Amino acid sequence: MSRTPQAYDDIPGTFVFDAERAKEGYHLNMFCMSLMKDENRKAFKADEAKYLERFPMTQEQRDAILKRDYNRMLELGGNIYFTAKLGATDGHSFQHIAAIMTGSTQEDYAKMMLGGGRSVEGNRSKSGLHAPGKSEKVKKAKPNKTETKKSEAKKAKAKVEVKAKKSKPKSSKKAGSKRG
Amino acid sequence: MARIIAGVASSHVPAIGAAIDNKRTEEPYWKRVFSGFEKSKEWMEDAKPDVAIVVYNDHASAFSVEMIPTFALGCAAEFPPADEGWGPRPVPVVKGHPALASHIAQSVILDEFDLTIVNKMEVDHGLTVPMNLVFGSPKEWPCPVIPLAVNVVMYPPPTGHRCFMLGRAIRKAVESYPEDLRVVVFGTGGMSHQISGPRAGLINSKFDKAFLDNLSKDPKKLTRIPHLEYMREAGAEGIEMVMWLIMRGALDDKVDEVYRFYTVPASNTAVGHIILENKRKAAGKHERKLKLKRAAARVKADVRRG
Repeated sequence: MSRTPQAYDDIPGTFVFDAERAKEGYHLNMFCMSLMKDENRKAFKADEAKYLERFPMTQEQRDAILKRDYNRMLELGGNIYFTAKLGATDGHSFQHIAAIMTGSTQEDYAKMMLGGGRSVEGNRSKSGLHAPGKSEKVKKAKPNKTETKKSEAKKAKAKVEVKAKKSKPKSSKKAGSKRG
Repeated sequence: MARIIAGVASSHVPAIGAAIDNKRTEEPYWKRVFSGFEKSKEWMEDAKPDVAIVVYNDHASAFSVEMIPTFALGCAAEFPPADEGWGPRPVPVVKGHPALASHIAQSVILDEFDLTIVNKMEVDHGLTVPMNLVFGSPKEWPCPVIPLAVNVVMYPPPTGHRCFMLGRAIRKAVESYPEDLRVVVFGTGGMSHQISGPRAGLINSKFDKAFLDNLSKDPKKLTRIPHLEYMREAGAEGIEMVMWLIMRGALDDKVDEVYRFYTVPASNTAVGHIILENKRKAAGKHERKLKLKRAAARVKADVRRG
């Protein structure tokens, strides 16, 4: 399914949940919503593929759910507040899911956050056309100015940033299959 | 006459709620966050509002993808805390103010803001976390609350300008309510954060601090920020900050910034918080009218005396 191109598609590592994705992901999100009930969580855990038959999703969406490929779910119309319920059903914290989406370990991700988070420098635009000031021309991402300046955290952050750049929407399929 | 005395903005990170519920507020990580709200609790204790209008967003709790209202005003008598997957938060049931809420709905709809009226709704961490931060964890919330849920989950949320203008209309509605009520408006969500996709973890303190500065001094500038800029600069979910502009629109053009706090991170998010008071001398038409009346009476008396 080809999407209508949007200006915000230029933001790297981001799947904006717009009306088109909301339509495409309706049943995927309603599946996630069903996990708010304990009986449904149990039924899902007992036989995942069978439980998913209750929802008229595409095979791609089913596969993404079974593989816990969170980026692919977002790409296929899932929304993070909904897919987070799947993570919770698996007993994972939100940071665990965030780490998976960024291709990082939870420990490294948590360190990056403590170090001030992922810098916006170098993460504004895929095309590089959007360049406020000179910052965007600098290829290597600058660390954020933060209260905590542990070099360790900085290193962890830099590592994650490189990964984030690589896993653009097109390649998220690959990243997913690697995980699965 | 009712009037808006102040605006409060605060992030509504779910992990903050979890830290309160699991009694982890004394841990160094969380102490850093909670210590920033001690002054706010004192302020709130003094301010003693009669009603709070809390602008927030629902996170797939009350609204799924079945229905996505852009602005939904809670007119019910009470709003129970939602079960967000691990049982409802152990916080008091939020009591509403149906009379003022209905009055606001009627007034702003006639002012061309097409609100959705909600007479049955559960409220999630988006509303209860900011309340904990400034009211603490009392057995009962100290005042009735009118929830205003804004869609910021599905793109596009309302524009910042639209939000600001809705704030204006809410102010007009409040000021035409006959009962003497002191109202505080909360804007919640933000600040910079992205929790989805490979770019998750994005924080932009520079953007956030400029936003706080302008919220105080030049809010109209903020109303011109396009959605693309919020998402690019402050993260896909940072777009929640448009909700702060409803609060700001409900205040005077010039306000006193009485308190501000900013820290990174709480879980995946930059925590921002600000308290803005309407200047007392321009505290509302009511006072101005009173002053005019008194002045007119004085003139009359002078004339009579010759």
